[in-house]
Amino acid sequence: MRQFLRVAWVVMRKDLTVEMRSREIVYTTVFFAASCVLVFAFALVREGRPLEDASAGILWISIAFAGTLALGRTFERERHTETLRALMLAPSDRPAIYVGKLLGVLVLMAIVEAVLVPMIGLLFHAPIFARPHWLAALLAAGTLGFASVGTLFAAMLVRARSRDVLLPVLLYPITIPVIIAGVRGTAAIFQATPDEPMARFWAALLVFFDVVFVTLSLWTFEPLMTE
Amino acid sequence: MSRVFAPLVLLAMLLFAAAPLVVAGAPFEQTMGLVQKIFYYHVPSAMLMFVSAFVCGIASAVFLFRRPAAADRVAVAAGELVVLFGVIVLVTGPLWARKAWGVWWEWDARLTSSLLLWMIFLAYLLVRRFGGPGSEKLAGAMALFGMANVPFVYVSVNYWRTLHPKTSVVMSLAPGMRAAFWFCVAAFAILYVLLLTLRKRLEDRQAMVEQLYLATEE
Repeated sequence: MRQFLRVAWVVMRKDLTVEMRSREIVYTTVFFAASCVLVFAFALVREGRPLEDASAGILWISIAFAGTLALGRTFERERHTETLRALMLAPSDRPAIYVGKLLGVLVLMAIVEAVLVPMIGLLFHAPIFARPHWLAALLAAGTLGFASVGTLFAAMLVRARSRDVLLPVLLYPITIPVIIAGVRGTAAIFQATPDEPMARFWAALLVFFDVVFVTLSLWTFEPLMTE
Repeated sequence: MSRVFAPLVLLAMLLFAAAPLVVAGAPFEQTMGLVQKIFYYHVPSAMLMFVSAFVCGIASAVFLFRRPAAADRVAVAAGELVVLFGVIVLVTGPLWARKAWGVWWEWDARLTSSLLLWMIFLAYLLVRRFGGPGSEKLAGAMALFGMANVPFVYVSVNYWRTLHPKTSVVMSLAPGMRAAFWFCVAAFAILYVLLLTLRKRLEDRQAMVEQLYLATEE
């Protein structure tokens, strides 16, 4: 178990070190997420007033779009330098490599969300401080659910043709429950009178989703990545 | 299977020929009248769509962990049938909805979850088609994840909104309707088994042809 965690930690640190040197994914993804929000603002703001209930949807759609971009880039880098094979040849548990990759993606997405949430608060008058712990819980559970499936799919698509198109094609239908739960849960706490039982229900659903799909991913990573 | 295949084809043909008569003979529903008859085709297709999704998911899981090529061929056949029966469901549903609810499409739980399931398996076929070499494993993971996703889609969408008649309606049918309904379910189930075996056999033959090519080249 300690060995497992150590490998995961090393893989994550490797990814973040590479990223820290170029900052390519962070800069491009944050910029992309911000422009997503602006596009939605132009579509959904009428006469200076944002549509009611729109902020939760915009937040989660931007997270999903930016997340897809980050996932694609992370593995594109491995493919470009042919290092994924080296990683797979390392004498360690395959699932540990998956966990390391997943942690790296989670850190990236957390940075993006740290920019997105205040933006939503500022531009769409969303009460982000109404129930901060529920918002954080929903974001954490939702991001984990999205990234756990996304990391597995992005990893296995590395060798596929037309991988750029196929990642969203595969990922979005599977993660629709995450988007629904995230949007509805966030909308419940953004209401004039926050609806905590509702937020709790959606957060619980997200946690269930996380448990099932992280387990499934750990389980299928080995057979999927074996050539 | 090949020995019972011809009799099954005959039986399916008979059942489908008789189905319109049986459906016409079933009593009329009080409020909806004639439109309700679509139910005899809509519900069996929907049942088989879900069954097929599970067949595809389980076959894919077996393929991923044990690697028998036959499991993958069953998965392809079942995956295509999910999409085929899904088309029947998604065409007959709006036809009924237009008459019963006044709109073609409503963002209701069962409609939305069927649409999502259909999309997952459409994505499955897209990966198989355009994923290049090794795509059968990718597709296998997609089918497995899609199957695991069914309960989540169902709960989330159900909580989101619901309008569709409950599935318990099947158990509370009037006797005349019940016979016609199960008749149609049997007809569709036999059709499903036939299509599945036929499609699987096609895959088997293709694999054989490929092996023969390789053998002659050596």
